[in-house]
Amino acid sequence: MVCKRIIPCLDVKDGRTVKGVHFVNLRDVGDAVELGARYAREGADELVYLDISATQEGRRTFTDLVRKISRRIDIPFTVGGGISSLEDAAKLLEAGADKVSINSAAIRNPGLIDELSTHFGNQFVVVAIDAACVDGRWMATTHGGTRPSDKELFSWAREAQERGAGEILFTSMDHDGTRNGYPCDTMRALSSALQIPIIASGGAGSIAHIAEVLSDGCADAALAASIFHSGEIPIPVLKKALIEQGINVRPI
Amino acid sequence: MIAVIEYDAGNIRSVIHALERLDAGDVCLTSDPAVIREAGRVILPGVGDASVVLESLRRAGLADLVCGLTQPVLGICAGMQILCSHTEEGDADGLGIFRTRVRRFRPEDPSLKVPHMGWNELRSMKGPLFEGLPEPSYTYFVHSFYAEPCEDTIALCTHGVPFSAALRRGNFFGTQFHPEKSGPAGAAILANFLKI
Repeated sequence: MVCKRIIPCLDVKDGRTVKGVHFVNLRDVGDAVELGARYAREGADELVYLDISATQEGRRTFTDLVRKISRRIDIPFTVGGGISSLEDAAKLLEAGADKVSINSAAIRNPGLIDELSTHFGNQFVVVAIDAACVDGRWMATTHGGTRPSDKELFSWAREAQERGAGEILFTSMDHDGTRNGYPCDTMRALSSALQIPIIASGGAGSIAHIAEVLSDGCADAALAASIFHSGEIPIPVLKKALIEQGINVRPI
Repeated sequence: MIAVIEYDAGNIRSVIHALERLDAGDVCLTSDPAVIREAGRVILPGVGDASVVLESLRRAGLADLVCGLTQPVLGICAGMQILCSHTEEGDADGLGIFRTRVRRFRPEDPSLKVPHMGWNELRSMKGPLFEGLPEPSYTYFVHSFYAEPCEDTIALCTHGVPFSAALRRGNFFGTQFHPEKSGPAGAAILANFLKI
């Protein structure tokens, strides 16, 4: 049976990793390639690198970084942040990225999903959805959760799947940065509504949270950042605990 | 010299980087028939639609050339599927090296996702490609189509149904998983291929 995946997420600005709490108050946690290599060695199953540079220069630095990551890292990695065209994605693919994650740009232009999956295959396209619960309905947001959209989570995720997304990366903006766990009921409903894998993101504060979202939440993968970057939960400890709880993860 | 056959699309860079990490010597990304014929090893990488890869190979006039190669050849993912007799993806005839057909995953269990994406177990591993590796070993898969088990199968994996994780006939090898993305296990498999 295919293993549940553990995915550290590295936010990158100007070539270095940072992690924000609610995307502000950034704290530098080190060199992006070295940190990724360390996670890979420790048993991470994939990596996600998100470019949060706001400048042209920062974006160029990121493409160079992707090339360095591809040379060094021997597990799959996804890159995201500011990808809004076929050309942006092609540049990152050429640099060695295995997948791209698109978010606000897909909401603005859903046809981008079709375009990317037609050109590069659906395994290349991760659609990230940052959603918040508003009056009992989960609505997608854009620009790091700061702007509302008219897309409802479930119908948008299904549309993304039909357009050719290979995976959905779902972040609850109500849970992200809180360290109180993932919204497992919503995750389970989303997983059963889709045929493609889903990655749960945002809110992990403990091993129990990750175990819960991979079992009760039916997520195919769990993504987290600060609990790994802070060294609080080393990946080997996490995986050992998950295996002891009967969750099917790749042993190290 | 290792020739990595160049197609129209897909992440070919990662295969080259994996070979560089192994200090595998000269690696040449090429569609030049003379270079491919002379290479000590040939790799058919593969990301994306197998029927598109087949079409691109035929258009470049490389299909017959590949079938006639006598040095060790490794097809990866879609690069393995095109070496099978037929694929449901685009209902296309393959190059017919491996005596098996490629079908689409249609899991009855709704909890099984398509694409089959992530790390999974290799079982019934045999032959020089897996020398020194423990069973099960874990490698990284990402695919929606699979090769049925057959007499050429040298490793099995399961996603609802058992399928060929690796195939071999004579000097032709194929892996459904991506050794270039499978950590130390994948590196060992690539290193074994280079020693064959």
